[in-house]
Amino acid sequence: MPQMTDESVRAGSTREDDISFYEKVLAAAPNGEQLRLCLECGNCSGICPFGYLMTYPPSRLIAMLRADRFNKVLETDTVWMCVSCYACTAVCPSKIPLTFGLMTSVKEELLLAGNVPAELQTALANSQRYGNPQGESPRKRADWANGIQPEVKIMGKVKQPVDVLWFVGDYPSYHPRVQSTTKALAKVLNALGVDFGILGPDESSDGDSQRLAGERGLFEMLAEKNGKVFSKYQFNRIITTDPHAYNAIKNEYPRLGISYPVQHFTEYLVEHLEQLTPLLKHEVKAKVTYHDPCYLGRANGIFDQPRALLEAIPGVELVEMAHNHANSLCCGGGGGGMWLDGFQWEKAHVRMSDWRVREAVTSGASILAVACPYETPRFEDAVKSLNGSGPLIVKDIAELLAESLG
Amino acid sequence: MNIVALFKLVPDLVEELEIDGNGTALNMDFLRLIINEFDDHAIEQAILLKERGGAQVSILGPDIEGVEDVLYTAASKGADRLIKLTGDFQGKANNHAMARAVTSALKELQPDLILTGVQANTDLDGSLGPLLAEYLDMPYVGYVSGVKVADGKVITRKEYPGGLVAEMEIKLPAVLGIQAAEQPPRYIAVAKVRQAMKTATIEVRTLAESDLSGGSTIRRMFKPEAGTRAEMIEGSAEEVTTRLLDIFKEIGVL
Ligand code: SF4
Ligand code: SF4
Repeated sequence: MPQMTDESVRAGSTREDDISFYEKVLAAAPNGEQLRLCLECGNCSGICPFGYLMTYPPSRLIAMLRADRFNKVLETDTVWMCVSCYACTAVCPSKIPLTFGLMTSVKEELLLAGNVPAELQTALANSQRYGNPQGESPRKRADWANGIQPEVKIMGKVKQPVDVLWFVGDYPSYHPRVQSTTKALAKVLNALGVDFGILGPDESSDGDSQRLAGERGLFEMLAEKNGKVFSKYQFNRIITTDPHAYNAIKNEYPRLGISYPVQHFTEYLVEHLEQLTPLLKHEVKAKVTYHDPCYLGRANGIFDQPRALLEAIPGVELVEMAHNHANSLCCGGGGGGMWLDGFQWEKAHVRMSDWRVREAVTSGASILAVACPYETPRFEDAVKSLNGSGPLIVKDIAELLAESLG
Repeated sequence: MNIVALFKLVPDLVEELEIDGNGTALNMDFLRLIINEFDDHAIEQAILLKERGGAQVSILGPDIEGVEDVLYTAASKGADRLIKLTGDFQGKANNHAMARAVTSALKELQPDLILTGVQANTDLDGSLGPLLAEYLDMPYVGYVSGVKVADGKVITRKEYPGGLVAEMEIKLPAVLGIQAAEQPPRYIAVAKVRQAMKTATIEVRTLAESDLSGGSTIRRMFKPEAGTRAEMIEGSAEEVTTRLLDIFKEIGVL
């Protein structure tokens, strides 16, 4: 048996395009070269929530790559079950960047080969043309702010520097349910007297979920657009409603030369907790459980800040679900999952959000608190469709804070 | 086999439409143009035919905002020739004028098959396909949702209201008005379109002076006006239901 060297892993794939694919995985993420160190322990495939439905879950993908049979992978479509939840990456003993590196690169290959579920194509085409996956009018991106007092500053209109640039995001701007979170966050920021502005029609999708769905070119196009807009205005830092936007601006934009200090709103608010706490006058008397969003928790290590905010609300009793912190279960919306509901339902006949809502009910909580705009609609849909989850209420942390402000 | 797909760019209805100051046209200040959806299907159908049986596919469109995006995207799908047509496409241009003006550019390409969308939201003087067929002296079939090629002929699937479908055989050359391609227009990754921008070339044809005769003239353009026979009930849900109940009682259904 030949000795296992870097070359032999690489030489395992003798075909030109396999080699280039291998190189692509190496280049796709920092530490990509760790791929050579896979132990075939199978932890990744075991923890993957939809691994049991994938023809090639992560460890088998690596085996196929090593066995020079990657072309077989391109004939399958179950890689589209991956919701980029980061669970595999978090448990890999060899620290292989499975989510950003391997899974995303495979999706990219499938996308270039035209092997893409139709629902996803629509979201990508919309993002390309309108700068948001829903296909809404870019001119209406700031319409949610109509009537808010004091008026929300739109950077292109007020033409003055602000302290905080609030990157609102796609779902917070347009989704009717999520808009109430957005308004709640505006209320909290106003109560704290924060000098903030938004980009409105100038803002494009952060592109992170499109990137994790394999559309790197689109991600770069959107990032470049946002980068140009950022450079037009003066501000000290960016805050985001959406953990995906936070992840993109923090970890991916700098690789394209777009670097700004950025915080998720929960991080930002915790820094101002001393000021915020005395304003939280109204009790929210409830047992509350908190769902760690993949891109806040596992991917970026923000576990304590959202919990600290919840605990600052008088009356809140925080309880944990069985899966919490780094073990949190995905809501199913990431990595293109938001735009693959039909496709994934056909294969799974279950939704990840159903699993999560059942856990929330079991925890004894009456409120499921979230911190990501994908989650409110996903979990509310699950609550509606599951027997016995009736009284569970889904609220974003921003909404609970706004309620407590009164 | 030479296939030509001809497309129009039309206002993108993602924005709410406004009427311009003269009251005879749309306010185009903020509207973006987008490929007419049916024309997008015509391009897809052309590519499908090429993939299935081999063909040279040429894509033609008017040289206005957005044309290059459509052409380069078509190139990434597999189109062979990209042609933009310069001429008067703004203002009063109509389908009669467009059809007459493109006749010579089309003849030069010696097409066996011309595919175009069956209709567009800017068609005020009939759709483009039948007019083209008339000026080129070719047969036309519209509302087509499937095309097979066999020895100098095509067999089309044409849809009728009420769920009826007809298969029709047509001698080539011919013009088809495409209602739907056999599969939805495919998504092309941005990286591929960017690559096409570097490698593909766009040819330019200048069209003859436009002859507007046969088209229609817009006298007045307006948003739907509320009729006098409808009573719009306003107010809170409670006020509206109370008023509704009163009305039901008045007319004797309650
Ligand atoms: S967890 Fe890591 S080391 Fe183990 S099989 Fe998966 S990729 Fe390989
Ligand atoms: S990122 Fe999540 S869904 Fe994707 S392969 Fe890893 S564990 Fe599975």
